[in-house]
Amino acid sequence: MSTVLDLPPVAHTSPADRPASAPPEKSAITLTINGVERRLEVAPWTTLLDLLRESLDLTGTKKGCDHGQCGACTVLLDGKRVNSCLTLAIMKDGAGVTTIEGLADGPTLHPMQQAFVDCDAFQCGYCTPGQICSAVGMITEGHAQTDDEIRELMSGNLCRCGAYPNILAAVKQAYAATQAKHAA
Amino acid sequence: MINFSYTRAGGVAEAVREKSKANGAGRFIAGGTNLVDLLKENVERPTRIIDITRLPLTTVEEGPNGGLRLGALVSNADTAYHPEVQKRYPALARAILAGASPQLRNMATNGGNLLQRTRCYYFYDVALPCNKRVPGSGCPAIDGQNRVCGVLGTSEACIATHPSDMCVALAALEAVIRVSGPNGERTIPIADFHRLPGSTPHLETTLAADEIITAIDLPKNPYAEHSVYTKVRDRASYAFALVSVAALLELDGDTIKSARLALGGVAHKPWRLPEAEARLVGKTATKENFLPVAEALMKGATGYGHNTFKIELGKRAVVRALQLAAKGTAAVRGVNGQVAAAESVA
Amino acid sequence: MTTTEYLGKPTSRVDGPAKVTGEAKYAAEFNVPNLAYGYIVSSGVTRGTIKSINAAEVEKIPGVLKVLTHENAPKTASLDRSHRDQLASTHGSPFRPLYQAELQHSLQPVALVVAETFEAARYAASLVQVEYEIAPHETDLHGSRAKAHPPKDSRTGYVPPPKKPRGTPEEAFEKAPFKVEAEYYQPAEHHNPMENFASTCVYGEDGKLTIYQKTQGVQNCQEYICSVFGLSKDEVQVISPFMGGGFGAGLRPTHELYLSVLAATALKRSVRVSMTRQQMFSFSHRPETIQDFKLAATPDGLLDSVTHTAIQESSRYEEFLETVVNWSGLVYTCPNVRLDHQLVYLDLASPADMRAPGAVTGLYGFECAIDELAYQAKLDPLAFRLKNYSEKDQNLDKLYSSKELREAYRQASEKFGWDQRPLDPRSTRRGSDLIGWGMATGCWEAMQGKAAAKAVLTPDGKLVVSSATSDIGTGTYTVMTMIAAEFSGVPIENVSFELGDSSMVYSPVEGGSWTVSSVGSAVKTVCEELKARLFKLAGKMDGAPLGDAKVEDVTFDQGEMRVTKNPVRNVTYAEALQANGLDKLELDTTELPQLVKQMTHGVYSHSAVFVEVAVDEDLGTIHVTRVVSAIAGGRILNPKTARSQIMGAIVWGISMALEEESMLDHQFGRFMNHNYAEYHVPVNADIHDIEVIFVPEHDDVVNPLGAKGLGEIGIVGVAAAVTNAVWHATGKRVRSLPVTLDKLL
Repeated sequence: MSTVLDLPPVAHTSPADRPASAPPEKSAITLTINGVERRLEVAPWTTLLDLLRESLDLTGTKKGCDHGQCGACTVLLDGKRVNSCLTLAIMKDGAGVTTIEGLADGPTLHPMQQAFVDCDAFQCGYCTPGQICSAVGMITEGHAQTDDEIRELMSGNLCRCGAYPNILAAVKQAYAATQAKHAA
Repeated sequence: MINFSYTRAGGVAEAVREKSKANGAGRFIAGGTNLVDLLKENVERPTRIIDITRLPLTTVEEGPNGGLRLGALVSNADTAYHPEVQKRYPALARAILAGASPQLRNMATNGGNLLQRTRCYYFYDVALPCNKRVPGSGCPAIDGQNRVCGVLGTSEACIATHPSDMCVALAALEAVIRVSGPNGERTIPIADFHRLPGSTPHLETTLAADEIITAIDLPKNPYAEHSVYTKVRDRASYAFALVSVAALLELDGDTIKSARLALGGVAHKPWRLPEAEARLVGKTATKENFLPVAEALMKGATGYGHNTFKIELGKRAVVRALQLAAKGTAAVRGVNGQVAAAESVA
Repeated sequence: MTTTEYLGKPTSRVDGPAKVTGEAKYAAEFNVPNLAYGYIVSSGVTRGTIKSINAAEVEKIPGVLKVLTHENAPKTASLDRSHRDQLASTHGSPFRPLYQAELQHSLQPVALVVAETFEAARYAASLVQVEYEIAPHETDLHGSRAKAHPPKDSRTGYVPPPKKPRGTPEEAFEKAPFKVEAEYYQPAEHHNPMENFASTCVYGEDGKLTIYQKTQGVQNCQEYICSVFGLSKDEVQVISPFMGGGFGAGLRPTHELYLSVLAATALKRSVRVSMTRQQMFSFSHRPETIQDFKLAATPDGLLDSVTHTAIQESSRYEEFLETVVNWSGLVYTCPNVRLDHQLVYLDLASPADMRAPGAVTGLYGFECAIDELAYQAKLDPLAFRLKNYSEKDQNLDKLYSSKELREAYRQASEKFGWDQRPLDPRSTRRGSDLIGWGMATGCWEAMQGKAAAKAVLTPDGKLVVSSATSDIGTGTYTVMTMIAAEFSGVPIENVSFELGDSSMVYSPVEGGSWTVSSVGSAVKTVCEELKARLFKLAGKMDGAPLGDAKVEDVTFDQGEMRVTKNPVRNVTYAEALQANGLDKLELDTTELPQLVKQMTHGVYSHSAVFVEVAVDEDLGTIHVTRVVSAIAGGRILNPKTARSQIMGAIVWGISMALEEESMLDHQFGRFMNHNYAEYHVPVNADIHDIEVIFVPEHDDVVNPLGAKGLGEIGIVGVAAAVTNAVWHATGKRVRSLPVTLDKLL
């Protein structure tokens, strides 16, 4: 039996149909990343995640699955947590992006970062930037009050090391610190 | 991921024009949560991508006749947490919050959610045949790993399910999809929006290739006090439904005045059977009265091995959802519509 | 126990700030100029041959530099021997990427597209078309179990079961009043660490390779690359400062390493190759296993017969061996035991060690079967285990070096409230949920390997200790820093530990829970030698600051030597170096295991794990609401990270019990749920209360530190405890993993 199982593309049947196609045209966009305005040339097929990691050397944002199934790539886009792996950078012209590199205030860790260290809320550290960005986004959203709500609303971030109880503790510590700050 | 060009549509008409121009090889993109995933898997191979995120379809407004109109580009999260949705359509809010993850719900839009594609393993794996992806290539799921596949309305060509939670609630709410195309606007009742696979599983909706979803109209309904969404899955969160049920009851004391039921995870579209719902009318809200309705809903179901359990699970989930709905929306706690100890019925 | 400065005190990770700020760099994050990107094309077919690949056509696509296939890939070493790494089986033919037209398993790499950008490589890879001549394959363990046979090969760490049965297990079984005969099943599982495997191979101007690699063993990778590509060690440096989870998947060199080196040397250019999540299902996995048990007990509940046969898959091209059945002969006292381990060759990628390899599988089945037997005998499962407590390793006829399992049972059961447990199943309800309690015993071997450590003290008082080990999230950086501070007398803020560089002194791969034992012991020794050298240096100083004190009269701490009984006589380490005109004091040492002591003992860590589940009676959904696990794991050096490690392992156990399964389609011979959406591991909402207890345990046989290692022991037994709890809740004995809701309907 002889067969070709790698199925042809829908739009092109072979490279010859679409030869030469020069790499896709790049467009100019502006992103404000961690407070710094950056003018960038991006191709349509570049995700925000790959842009950060491969072009801007902001490798704190992680690629775990590249399909929106793990949350390691979570960043804050205009303040909202999103999966940067499923975000085409070209679509976000004018947006503000906060990555894990943008959370600390100089040498002082963001309360969420400090809480993750204090509570040992990670092991290998690979899901950690995504967990922290997600937790910061979650607190802004304001829908998590109880332990079960935090667990549920932090469930978009897998941790294969299984640090979940410590992640819960860290989020609560940072949340309490934020509340105390607001009350003061 | 293949090479594609990108354009940003400034208005609905322009978006429609761009889509028509692309001759079937164009795709709208908004949240991107499903399309970018499929682009990377080489399941979707469009040559042109049309960004519709700047279209003015981003509001939740009062709709006609006391209903609510959800803009196609409102995010799933903003929809679910919208006070009017929470108050008037709690099953919808809960269904949305039972789906995906907080990040994905922040990105995904209402229009995109309607157009989600199946999670069948074979559809996603371009090395293998799939009638939905390559018509005529075969359906290996029928004899293969079909735990996630459907048991109702399946065909010899396809046993895939529609993966959305939101659409299950929309089906129960008898939402109306507003679309715009080259010939103007039209509306499609949710029941007619998604198709069964039949011999053309690659055709998933009745939306024409050059039409765009602009809004979802939620009719006024009497169910807000007794609306639940029960989702049964393989882990507590961030998993597609094995079976889910949107259950809406209108009660007069213990007596059911009217009922709506829709099932997810079991078919190529949200599954409804109005005649089964009608059997509840005039009955008291008891498990004994729910059971025959559950049986009727799952009637004719076919199992394919790994997913055969869904037939029994579907019945039990229907009964559970009705029991919870009878207890009342407010009595069922939890942000995710999941069955938890707190939602016990005993 | 002597008081310590650092060891035994909860200490935050020294690499914590780097990990929470994104500064910690992983293999795919070393960006260098002119980097090219390789994208792997995976086979859609399991067996057969590649007839053609349109590589030449794809190479014409702008931005594409090279499409490597078996037809054009540069040749590497010809002998299998040259491709065997430290953990390969001794006679197998390790998988070689792009080596031949013949296919060995689905998803194996069949081409590597190298392009100027990641996106261009990915695009071009989507246009690669492979024509196959398909041949039949075999991937069904159940269907092929008649072909099971004893292993023929051997491998580091594999202990075959005792050749002869102990006593007369068949006779004992026949006459016993209480019997269990049961088959248990565990599917294949994939490690799925969060970080995909990746290799950034930097091609130096001099042709030397600096490889940033995701691995649990930089020197294993270096040796492998040197052997395969015919390079010398000074031409290849492998670096891995951080690793986004390994769990065993990174013990052996992975194929993206081979491919990045192949491409970099072919193009004379730096190349990065990362696997996709789908491709994480293209190599190692925990092997699918069928286990048959025949257990029997005497009228008074003494375990009298154990027969345990395990049938496991292995690849066809090299035997994968793990120690599965031996545990059943040593965990409880039993006079009559027959243990058998068999393999079935299938057309899958070679399995690999995955967290507590062998033990987690064997003790899953065995601890469930023991639960069944205890109920037959109408004994509480804990009481049954205590009745049959093993005081010596009967497989080897050796006493244990230490075994505080009894205390672990006691503390964990008290904390859990086990004495309130009704004997019969389906006894407890909470709303629509059935509540069940289950328990199990865990056991893992405490191993020590040869390892080296190097110490460099500088006149600023700073100490840098290093060894070519890894920190896969286990806390190696932190615990080694603590050990070094403890035994050098340098304050911990002046100590740093470096790892993950093949040019450092020797370390074995990080796995098997032996890193603290092996590398930690070397760190201790080198720091003690450092103190001895410092003392000598002090003696050479003008004015003899320590007088005529002997070394045992001197206290070493806070970076200072002082005469214990006359502290005014003191000198700092820095002064000792300066006075001797040294710009640094450097020494290294290699620590060998205490073989003689260890050979005469059974050396194990133990656990007692107690679990509560809530099972929805109608829907079958299972929630693990409470876990208490007590660990007898020797001395606990850093309770903070130790607790995390055990907690994470418990999450793994829950995952194994309820969620994980790599689903094979036998028609295609392919794992189908090859992504994080459908290969389920727990999310935050799945995990509730987990309590970890460390039972004091003194052991001076295992190694000079008395620590047994904690990477594996936490997972062993958890799946059994969960399964036993599900039975106790529902009365249903589910004998196949994962225990999904459909099995309870």
